[in-house]
Amino acid sequence: MTIELFIQYLFAGITYGSIYAIVAIGFNIIYNTTGIINFAQGEFVMLGGMISISLLDFMPLACAIILAVAITMVIGAFIEIVFIRWLAAPSVLRMIIITIGISILIREAALYIWGEGVRSLPYFTGSAITAVGIFGARISPQVLWVVGACGLTVLALSFFFKATPVGREMRACAANRKAAILCGINTGNMVTFSFVLSAGIGALAGCMMSPITYTQYDSGTALAIKGFTVAILGGLGNVGGAVAAGLLLGVVEAFSVSVVPLAFQDVISIAILLIILFIRPNGLFASKEAAGLRAF
Amino acid sequence: MALLEVDSLRRCFGGLVAVKDVSFAVEKGVIKAVIGPNGAGKTTLFNLISRALAPTAGRVRFDGCDLQGKKPHQVASMGMARTFQNIEMFSGMTALENVMVGCHVRSRAGFLASMFALPWTRPEERKIRERSLALLDLLGLADLADKEAAGLAFGQQRAVEFARALAMEPTLLLLDEPAAGLNIYETAEVGRLITRIRDLGVTILLVEHDMSLVMEISDEIVVLSFGQVIAQGPPQAIQQDPDVVRIYLGE
Repeated sequence: MTIELFIQYLFAGITYGSIYAIVAIGFNIIYNTTGIINFAQGEFVMLGGMISISLLDFMPLACAIILAVAITMVIGAFIEIVFIRWLAAPSVLRMIIITIGISILIREAALYIWGEGVRSLPYFTGSAITAVGIFGARISPQVLWVVGACGLTVLALSFFFKATPVGREMRACAANRKAAILCGINTGNMVTFSFVLSAGIGALAGCMMSPITYTQYDSGTALAIKGFTVAILGGLGNVGGAVAAGLLLGVVEAFSVSVVPLAFQDVISIAILLIILFIRPNGLFASKEAAGLRAF
Repeated sequence: MALLEVDSLRRCFGGLVAVKDVSFAVEKGVIKAVIGPNGAGKTTLFNLISRALAPTAGRVRFDGCDLQGKKPHQVASMGMARTFQNIEMFSGMTALENVMVGCHVRSRAGFLASMFALPWTRPEERKIRERSLALLDLLGLADLADKEAAGLAFGQQRAVEFARALAMEPTLLLLDEPAAGLNIYETAEVGRLITRIRDLGVTILLVEHDMSLVMEISDEIVVLSFGQVIAQGPPQAIQQDPDVVRIYLGE
């Protein structure tokens, strides 16, 4: 393998890896406050892409993306308030099945609204054939957009959780709900907010990746599986672990193309998911929170 | 008017009546203790007062307001703080952050403003940090502020829980067995601390098994047995009450 090809694969891996990481972080945020896996997470990504593509007819790209993210956040809040909030002490299994139902609902609604067509946002800078040279490899500027946006999202989130009162209260709520309530925190609102937050970052990822991967009504499903794999790989609830695991999976997938046919790329990640679930269900970077996986 | 009025409070678990028509009042500025043998319903009573459990019948009035239908987080924001028999820390957070969460109910910055860490929330954030540090200092934990709370020694975790409760600037502090698991010196320390908190103007209601502690610091005592109040009054009177002596020492 030449050095150029190596770098080409590496960048492809990092691009997909950072998308997987963002989807996985969406899983983690909701898992931390509710203890459930929200299987509609991939649909947030699809909605972000689809809505921004539709809005692009009426406004410039940047506005379309911002508005699409905002609309998806409202949808996230709506889902939590309508389907989750009023349940009194629901079992984990029941909540998971509800989220699977929601994901089917959103997918079918998207099929009805946007049809089966494959759409995409235009490249943010340049076009499909523009490329910047890095160590001899040809990299699309969109790759830099994706990696940059995902990196910024992770930084902003870690600042939010570390240094703002609301972030601190969300962590408190995740760590010990009983004590959080008796500190006067409205945990119901925190759960709604966690849906809003993961819908928002999912939608942002959906916009960023749309020019490269295209968006279709069912493109969320595959991403949800990858994101779930990454969330498990990094240890459920562990945001730092999700970043590392996302990049790892992305790079492994990219390099696997040089060994196995492209069609088998998904096999790699599903195989990794199964192996991890069998031998290290707490994830590669086992954390205390991840021990909560036993609730399933 | 009393700060807390408990009126014919009852709670059943299936056929078991855990708390049976309990009535008492807590005046402002006192330390009141609830004692009784294991299973007398003391912790259930605490859960009813803080609305972690809904009563089967009866009322609780706090600060002139009926708590019927209030959510536990609303009761907490009204100025009722609580510590637990089995310490409840926010794991994965430092001692300082634990206390800072306690400041939540007293912070004024709006939800959106503090979420985006807008410039005008920074002075408030700094104030919260300073106040939390001052509270940790008051409890002799200043040098442990940046340690993970769940990794501290048992007695230190209890002190962090105290600081977190005080950060809420409560008017009423419920302490569920503050001396449980502490040695004799630590217990004496906790006793001094509780009287100091009372002198700061916080009313205290505590459940405790350590009789010498209860007799030393309480202004009034309520004795529960099988969910019922069998005696209440000042420590000296309780010590001489024949019913109390009987349930503690046997016939």
